Amino acid sequence: MTNRAVQWTKPLIFLLFLTPSLLLVRALLANQLGSDPVATLTHNTGDLAVYCLLIGLAISPVRRLSPRLGFLVRYRRMVGLFAFYYATLHLLVYVFLFSGFDITSALANVKAHEWHALRQNWIDVWPTLRDDLKKRVFIQVGLLAWFLLFLLAITSPQSVMRRMGGKPWQTLHRVVYGAAILAMVHYWWLVKKGNLAPLADTVVLAVLLLARPAWSWWQKRRARPTLQTAA
Amino acid sequence: NKLPSRPGSFPAVNETVTPKQKAITYNNFYEFGTDKRDPADHAGSLHTRPWTVTLEGLCNNPKTVGIDDLLRYRPLEDRTYRFRCVEAWSMVIPWVGYSLAELIKFAQPKAQAKYVEFISFFDPKQESDAPGMIQWPYREGLRMDEAMHPLTLLTFGSYGETLENQQGAPVRIIVPWKYGFKSAKSVTRIRFVAEEPATTWDTLSPSEYGFYSNVNPQRDEPRWSQAHERRIDTSLLPHTVPTLPFNGYAEQVAGLYKGMDLIKNY
Repeated sequence: MTNRAVQWTKPLIFLLFLTPSLLLVRALLANQLGSDPVATLTHNTGDLAVYCLLIGLAISPVRRLSPRLGFLVRYRRMVGLFAFYYATLHLLVYVFLFSGFDITSALANVKAHEWHALRQNWIDVWPTLRDDLKKRVFIQVGLLAWFLLFLLAITSPQSVMRRMGGKPWQTLHRVVYGAAILAMVHYWWLVKKGNLAPLADTVVLAVLLLARPAWSWWQKRRARPTLQTAA
Repeated sequence: NKLPSRPGSFPAVNETVTPKQKAITYNNFYEFGTDKRDPADHAGSLHTRPWTVTLEGLCNNPKTVGIDDLLRYRPLEDRTYRFRCVEAWSMVIPWVGYSLAELIKFAQPKAQAKYVEFISFFDPKQESDAPGMIQWPYREGLRMDEAMHPLTLLTFGSYGETLENQQGAPVRIIVPWKYGFKSAKSVTRIRFVAEEPATTWDTLSPSEYGFYSNVNPQRDEPRWSQAHERRIDTSLLPHTVPTLPFNGYAEQVAGLYKGMDLIKNY
């Protein structure tokens, strides 16, 4: 694909990745998120974050399939930022809708400019949040994964990359593998035993991660000089 | 199908009833898949007629009873109960049935029978989405005095109609002061036993799901705080309410556990 074509398709890809979140908001407002809208929002934003991570991680193995696919790497930063975007939505849904925060009262307080009462809403939910974070390993793991994505997001601009230097920047951005693995651990820990829902994502991640050493191994093997032996 | 019923012998819960549409599209019934929506989509394959319930084990009147005879055995009552899932969501559901105690009296358990075991129907052909990691059929159990408690309902319907398949048709148990998984669905065998029976979730993850599993805001579950619950009602925004000991039925059932440490016996 030409440079121009990549430039041209970027906004389209951006809209494509943004659309699921817009659909979620629309479904929420239309009360079409099923019996337990909060659970649906939580699961969907979490799924979307994982999908973006997997798509981002798929780019480098896929482009090795053919030199003509090299252009794909130019979308990778955007895909990665979308993973952070959905992970952040996931976190916000947990804090404001899932944790027990009294969102109805908080919204009323915002409307009425009752900042004191709003503060009280926070104080009320704080012990629950603190307890969750202290006791529930799956939440700790999820939060750590989010934090890693946050680090990658704030270091994603080209200017930061230049200031950091290519090599350190690249090393830092390898933590995306860690974030993806933590996200899977988070998922497995949160479903009940016997529920294999995270299996599909996990297999895809495993394939994408293993593709990397497999590729280097293959490259090395090909590079090894061979001796023709006379039979 | 409409079910003839009369007002129940317990005062109804004075809280917003969960809309039926929500109650029948948000179910945990792993035999039909692990997503909450799966049972509504897949449980159509369950045949609920003909259906029999077998009373067996330590009782003087072991019998296999047809579902329609069972349904007519005692007058059906409307009982609106809170329903609290261990996953920290809850509903308010008007059930239709009669006290399980009536059927237990019919079976005439022997003096050695200290527990009642409920075995759910299982047929991999009709329930092909059941995850293989779990040993089927689903098993649950109650102590005899819990099973005999008048709140424990042999349930045939909800919202004035027969149970939807995804709710555990044609007959299930409802134990309103315990987490939802204690309320066995699509029951086909009721066995009287001397020892505490092994139950599905307790076997799978003993640290999380004990035999008693009474709703208890004091006893944390490793993954969910049990101090509050998300009430599934008509509101669009989450409606979080504090969880009550014994799901609000302490007055009726706390006496069953006198002298027991309910943190240890979770």
